Amino acid sequence: MADTNPIKQFEVHELVPFEAFGLNLAFTNSSFFMVLTTVLTIVLFSLAMSSRALVPNRSQSVAEIIYGFVADMLRSSAGAEGLRFFPFVFTLFIFILVANMLGMFPYFPAPGAHSFTVTSHLIVTVALAMLVWLTVIIYGVFKNGPKFLKLFVPSGVPIYILPFVTLIEVISFISRPISHSVRLFANMLAGHILLKVFAGFIVMLGAGLGAGGYLLGIFPFAMTLGLTALEFLVAFLQAYVFAVLTCIYLSDALHPGH
Amino acid sequence: MTHAPHTEAAQHAADAAADHASGVFPPFDPTYFSSQLFWLAISFIALYIALDRFILPKIKTTIEDRRDRIADDLDAAAQAKADAEAAGQAYEKALAEARSKAHGIAAQTRKALDAEIAKETAEVEAELAAKQEASEAAIRKAKDKAFAEVRGIAATATASVVEALAGVEVSEADAGKTVDTLIKSKGA
Repeated sequence: MADTNPIKQFEVHELVPFEAFGLNLAFTNSSFFMVLTTVLTIVLFSLAMSSRALVPNRSQSVAEIIYGFVADMLRSSAGAEGLRFFPFVFTLFIFILVANMLGMFPYFPAPGAHSFTVTSHLIVTVALAMLVWLTVIIYGVFKNGPKFLKLFVPSGVPIYILPFVTLIEVISFISRPISHSVRLFANMLAGHILLKVFAGFIVMLGAGLGAGGYLLGIFPFAMTLGLTALEFLVAFLQAYVFAVLTCIYLSDALHPGH
Repeated sequence: MTHAPHTEAAQHAADAAADHASGVFPPFDPTYFSSQLFWLAISFIALYIALDRFILPKIKTTIEDRRDRIADDLDAAAQAKADAEAAGQAYEKALAEARSKAHGIAAQTRKALDAEIAKETAEVEAELAAKQEASEAAIRKAKDKAFAEVRGIAATATASVVEALAGVEVSEADAGKTVDTLIKSKGA
């Protein structure tokens, strides 16, 4: 009988124990999917670009479309100077996208035979969001010096509400990594729980009512099917949203004057 | 994890127990935070380096090469079009030249023919005029001769008639004078 616990899919199993500096750095199923994301991305892009044809084939077209998509995204929100961050934004986008998509496999030839969504763990999305946030602060201060503080003092605001606006700007800046990371994490977590809950209904109906129960199971099955399509959309959309927000935040580091 | 017991209820109980044992919801379980951060850093940095050094430059040059190639081809096409237009113009010019040359040759030929015709006409006319002149001269000569003879005959006849009618002998010279006077008055 299949396991219907919707939380089980988020469990981390230790595969190869490894400890260094007093920290548990074990290779887990989470690590497996992170490494797989990187390897799969590199292999697929290398294969797609192997011919480098003047007239691209399908896979090369896809690679070029993704490239253009990210470049346009970055250029439209951070301007041409923003392109210095292109490899960074591209890596973020493709890493999250491939990790989300790998999480969409119900079963996977991986340890534990089930898929694991790397981005459904808060620590991962917080790490990525903090990476963006710290990049904005470090690059912003490095490039603009004290002028970077203009980010918190919008121009054209009446003097008597300026302290209040500045306070709001500071709070919104500090809360950025929280909203940035929780948005991705919560979307992936909720989507996968929902999928598992509806898929679990089929098993529960079958276990409780026998053959008739499996027949009734067609309804949660249809729901699961629809939700799977939705989850593919969410998997792409959240990668896109994460990348777009990264572009907007990087734009602040480049042009803090609003 | 623990293997699921056979009934749902028992399984849920077991899961709840397991959750309770580990204490937290797996995504918030700090046990593997360090491991996840460590492997995320490795994966992310490896992906960043691979993309930045190898894959993205490859895509970039491919797209740029294509754009350059298209621009070059468009330039070549524009050049070919300009060449074709130049060739067309040269053809038109050659055609116009040939036409004007042909025109010139025709005009020249016509002029030469006209001149020849005029020359031959003039020759024939001159010949005819000469012939006419000669004929007229011959006629005049004959006429003069005839006139001279008529005068002699008239004078002799006058003298003879005067002698026969009046019996006055008139010299032939006088008779001639009279005839001349008469001819003159009649002629006038």
